[in-house]
Amino acid sequence: MINNLLPPVVIFILGAVLIPFLKGKLKASYMLLIPIVTFAILVNLPQGNIWTFEFWGYNLIMGRVDKLSMLFSYVFTIMAFLGILFALKVKDNLQHVAGIVYAGSTLGVVLAGDFFTLYFFWEIMAVSSTFLILASRTKESKEAGFRYILFHIIGGLLLLAGIMLYIQKTGSIQFDYIGLDGLASYLIFAGIALNAAAFPLHAWLPDAYPNGTPTSTVFLSAFTTKSAVYLLIRTFPGAGLLIWIGAIMVSLPIFYAVLENDIRRVLSYSLMNQVGFMLVGIGIGTELAINGAVAHAFCHIIYKALLFMAAGSVLQMTGKIKCTDLGGLYKTMPLTCFFCIIGAASISAFPFFSGFISKSMIISASAHEKMFMIWLVLQFASTGVVDHAGIKVPFFMFFGHDSGIRAKEPPLNMLLAMGIAAFLCVALGVFYQPLYNLLPYAADYVPYTGAHVVGQLQLLLFGAFAFTLLILSGYYIPEIRSKNLDADWTYRKLGRLAYKIADKGLNYINKISEIFVIGIVKIIAGFFKDMAAKLALFISVNFWLMLGYSGKRLEIKKLRLYDDIMNGTLPIGIGAAVATGFILLVFLLT
Amino acid sequence: MKKELTIFDNPKNVKRLRLGFYVALVLVLVAELFIDKHHGFEVEHFFGFYAVYGFISYVFLIFAAKLLRKIVMRKEDYYDQ
Repeated sequence: MINNLLPPVVIFILGAVLIPFLKGKLKASYMLLIPIVTFAILVNLPQGNIWTFEFWGYNLIMGRVDKLSMLFSYVFTIMAFLGILFALKVKDNLQHVAGIVYAGSTLGVVLAGDFFTLYFFWEIMAVSSTFLILASRTKESKEAGFRYILFHIIGGLLLLAGIMLYIQKTGSIQFDYIGLDGLASYLIFAGIALNAAAFPLHAWLPDAYPNGTPTSTVFLSAFTTKSAVYLLIRTFPGAGLLIWIGAIMVSLPIFYAVLENDIRRVLSYSLMNQVGFMLVGIGIGTELAINGAVAHAFCHIIYKALLFMAAGSVLQMTGKIKCTDLGGLYKTMPLTCFFCIIGAASISAFPFFSGFISKSMIISASAHEKMFMIWLVLQFASTGVVDHAGIKVPFFMFFGHDSGIRAKEPPLNMLLAMGIAAFLCVALGVFYQPLYNLLPYAADYVPYTGAHVVGQLQLLLFGAFAFTLLILSGYYIPEIRSKNLDADWTYRKLGRLAYKIADKGLNYINKISEIFVIGIVKIIAGFFKDMAAKLALFISVNFWLMLGYSGKRLEIKKLRLYDDIMNGTLPIGIGAAVATGFILLVFLLT
Repeated sequence: MKKELTIFDNPKNVKRLRLGFYVALVLVLVAELFIDKHHGFEVEHFFGFYAVYGFISYVFLIFAAKLLRKIVMRKEDYYDQ
């Protein structure tokens, strides 16, 4: 019976193809139906490996169904529904198609039982999400999108290299627990960690996400990083390295979040901080810690989306997103303000909001393992969350100084999406047991003990008290229009500078490094890029000939397409080429 | 156009809100007297540990961020130059 059902990823991707041909209410209901149908299929799946196929002698598994993959599939499907509902009135088909393909490919990644399937959807995820950044169609978004896809191609290549070595070693394309041991595992680890925005491979996230459209950033916030978290739980639970990476991630970004002026960039740094909590949980690796990481991913996806939806609503209705430009919006956007505060309370882990019942598991796990320093760092970071996400985001948008802006509430569909997300945040915080029942390990954890609740309330309220005193006394850090340097400086400025120096004085060293390092990469990348271009040209030229183009017009069209691909303005060419390259490599190696 | 909310334009309301907040601060401290604290690290057994740690963390965060700003802050169009 199961084989009669389509895998979720197929429903999403095939479903997305029809979207441009539909209009009005039919289109809206059709898009919403995609995650609903998928959810209905998911809840009825039996445990074990389903949707298995033979392909070139390999056994592909498109449905590895267990508690871990199911929980992530549920939350990604819920998230897809919220994201689609929020973006329902958007007139741009590119965003709808890219968003749904992106959400679908994430489901493909989560349910993949073998490396081949995993990598295939991994690349589609990178490519489709790039379009969500490009969808703003501004100069900044184009440049950020280009840096984003370059970064993810590098991550993809690391992962691919690791996978090839791993397959060679084990002789199987199936994967489960890998563990940090040997080159192959470190390459795989780096490839996945890059997608989790793990320090120091994180700079793409705060660079790219704030450049999406008001609605597309909501999609972006949910899928890439949390699918990486899922994979890390699957492949590297208990890797001590993750504790340290996580500890840096929970603390370093909060300083940037305090400084940042762009609300969506504040939220991006805050996202990294939250993923940091999950990585610490995965690194600790005990049953409680893993349960905590999974539960936190689940809750986090929803409240973070809620916060990005509130910020997106403000951006859409006012055209502004910087702290220095906003303020006093509660007067005309009280509902958005209310939902934003619920999101803020959830991310701050206030008792009876979702963050509390998940984050406290991770912190308790660190206490159980007697990791005092890590525990202190996590508590410090929790206070940091109160500042940037709990207070700063709602305060500077909706209260603070009156900006004079009197924007209306966003349309009903956007309010509804925020309302549902806000409802889920409270529901998860109060009725946590259904979520605990779905966790990979049996959970007898009790979040609401007197000590937990009082301790957490003291931490949060006295943090807020410090804010009150600082802002009243004028010591609170002022909002300034500025750009804050992060690791992306190394490739955005230093890279350029280094190139100049190398170009002028160090030609010799430059040449050697080019031959040995860049040269090889260039040849490989160029080969795939060229192949994709030629393939695209071949298909397009035949198509154009059919349409009656000829002579000079055909030449111009050909040239333009070739330029587009070679300049990387057409990331699908690269992504598809990498995917194609992978198939080719497997073919060559066997 | 709907009418505007102006509740926080009135300084009296802001004052009330702040007062409520201070009462809550006292309440969470008092509440600590009535809970079972036999688990966890030793520092947790000190009265008001979380309150002090939360407050200090927050102040440290803001002042450290001020220092960091001196190092990392550039003009908005820094990368376009």
